[in-house]
Amino acid sequence: MDCSRRTLLKSACAATAVATLPVSAFRLFSPAECRAETGKPGTRWIFLVDTEKCVGCGLCVKACKLENEVPYDAPVTRTWVERYVITSDGKSHIDSPLGGRDGFTSPKIDGEEINPKNITKAFFVPKLCNQCDNPPCVQVCPVGATYQTSDGVVLVDRKWCIGCGYCIMACPYGVRFFHPVYKVAEKCTFCYHRISKGEKTACVQACPFEARRIGNLRDPEDPVTKIVMTQRVGVLKDEYGTKPQVFYLGLDRSVR
Amino acid sequence: MRNHVLRPLWLALAAVAALLVVRYFMVPKDFGVNGRSFTYGFHRLSSVTDWQKFPDKYKGREYCKDCHEEKASENGASKHRNIQCENCHGPALGHPDNPDKLPIDRSRELCLRCHTKLAYPGSQRGQLKGIDPERHNPGQHCAECHNPHHPDQEVG
Repeated sequence: MDCSRRTLLKSACAATAVATLPVSAFRLFSPAECRAETGKPGTRWIFLVDTEKCVGCGLCVKACKLENEVPYDAPVTRTWVERYVITSDGKSHIDSPLGGRDGFTSPKIDGEEINPKNITKAFFVPKLCNQCDNPPCVQVCPVGATYQTSDGVVLVDRKWCIGCGYCIMACPYGVRFFHPVYKVAEKCTFCYHRISKGEKTACVQACPFEARRIGNLRDPEDPVTKIVMTQRVGVLKDEYGTKPQVFYLGLDRSVR
Repeated sequence: MRNHVLRPLWLALAAVAALLVVRYFMVPKDFGVNGRSFTYGFHRLSSVTDWQKFPDKYKGREYCKDCHEEKASENGASKHRNIQCENCHGPALGHPDNPDKLPIDRSRELCLRCHTKLAYPGSQRGQLKGIDPERHNPGQHCAECHNPHHPDQEVG
């Protein structure tokens, strides 16, 4: 074989250059990935709950159930309202009768009478899916039936879900449940059919006190984004690393 | 070649081929990595449009106002202006065609959602006007005395 010193050095240099190319140089970017990397236009839905404004009327829960065809009398709901009553002995009394669907019409908590003089603080906390940036429920799905949309909402594909229930176990917030009619995993969708058309979610529209609001994190002019960026907001179970996207104003440490 | 080695090999290859053929027809064409990564975006793309096509049940105040102008403006001038019509009257999907009438809920429970007195410090609930439902005219409909569309007005 004929091999001059020149050709040998040339090929050696070329081979070294190719060998040092990182694997990522060969990766093909999908259009969605490119869009996500450049300038981040578009939408990332977030939610803001003001616990100081919530009065526990439960109209949000009622509206959610009727809007999303969640069986009205079954003990399941996509969103619910919890009542916290902290007494002077340091105990927290927590209840959520029917998920707060019919509101809180009695001062009794789980049948227990509480002397109003002993109440140091009391408040209502609405809960719903946190539409996490790192949703554990999506990671555990064995069939690809639950996923995160490009605008950040976690949805369940009812045609593809096999009803194994892993996601229900995986959610640290307990927002997922088994749909009694469709027999698949069910969860809050941020009313994806409504927000996609520019409407508000059913619960946001139903709330007379503006305790619930929805916004777009990618829009700096969005009033909800402005509050999340400039005020002291909390999230639930931050330590799990799920990066929840439902932000709370006036969150108390007793809220779990 | 020895047949007892080859025969199971062909069988295994046929099984794999059959699996691939079945998979080709069973898995929808739009199934794949559609989001930011395999971990979070591995799904059937048309499922997103399935959810977007879900029908709205709640139409909002403006929809009601088209026909019920008088009620909407009466309510709009009152303390109850932030309460959506459909919160009490039910979702308006299909109304007025089917159902032609929405049921009117006159129950006390509807009003008591906000107006049971719960003197809670730190919550706006404590500042709302409220009653003890067991003492304040039990068994009577609130709307017999209070106009729900305009609570400051007496019922005429």
